[in-house]
Amino acid sequence: MFDLTGKNALVTGASGGIGADIARALHKAGATVALSGTREAPLAELAAELGERAHVVTCNLSDAAAVEALPKAAADAMGSVDVLVNNAGITRDNLAMRMSDEEWQSVIDVNLTSTFRLCRGVLRGMMKARWGRVINISSIVGTTGNPGQVNYSAAKAGMVGLSKSLAFEVASRGITVNCVAPGFIQTAMTDKLNDEQKGRILAQIPSGRMGSPQEIAAAVLYLASAEAGYVTGSTLHVNGGMAML
Amino acid sequence: MSDIADRVKKIVVEHLGVEEEKVTENASFIDDLGADSLDTVELVMAFEEEFGIEIPDDAAETIQTFGDAVKFISEKA
Repeated sequence: MFDLTGKNALVTGASGGIGADIARALHKAGATVALSGTREAPLAELAAELGERAHVVTCNLSDAAAVEALPKAAADAMGSVDVLVNNAGITRDNLAMRMSDEEWQSVIDVNLTSTFRLCRGVLRGMMKARWGRVINISSIVGTTGNPGQVNYSAAKAGMVGLSKSLAFEVASRGITVNCVAPGFIQTAMTDKLNDEQKGRILAQIPSGRMGSPQEIAAAVLYLASAEAGYVTGSTLHVNGGMAML
Repeated sequence: MSDIADRVKKIVVEHLGVEEEKVTENASFIDDLGADSLDTVELVMAFEEEFGIEIPDDAAETIQTFGDAVKFISEKA
């Protein structure tokens, strides 16, 4: 339904469960994709799976200079960056009373500050093109909170505020900025939970199941499409009804 | 009029969609030519590309009028 032929998309965290499916969905819709992540091997594997129109641009998002360089590297590989998906994220969970400054800062740096830097880096090209899509992957916990995740939830809520302000600034140039906020999604991260933990989580989800990475990718695909041009500054919650926002 | 002023004027006319006669020495981009803050950022970007120069943020803030732009660029280019 959504055609991204001729569009170039940069996806961070593309080696992860959700990021890989986002890249697959955009690619399937016709986009050229630049796959970013810290580890080259899984990115190269994904690029090989996708075949043509797939590039690997490794980047350590905790390295400020590397983040600054990423938009240019992606544009050099693809010709431009028309769609930016800030999907990469890390967790360093701890109770607030035990959380170190380092645990706090590393999550803010990678999840929030790199999002800002990448947005800033791609805007020039998008403004000139009078077209652009920025999709930031937030999280349900940015809205609901979650014990042990003051750093992560602050970063994810921060992405929502960032997206709204940026959406204001660039709306007149045909650029939309939105968030997708996943609930509990079946990935390597949630596979580590034991049955009891899973049971407790599932009891809170009206759908009675975890979401799939493809269901997040579908939301991203919609927001990246021409059809979503009038949607900006919004957050699309994909959480099986766990929080109806 | 100098070559630089002509090129600057062309950018301003194209970008802001204003008539050439309105782009005078003291014409303020925002007050007289209808630019918003994002337009001024884009104008600076366009000047940088046209003349192959870098205009730092603190300098960009001082470029309020067409005359300011021509003066700054003439000194740099």
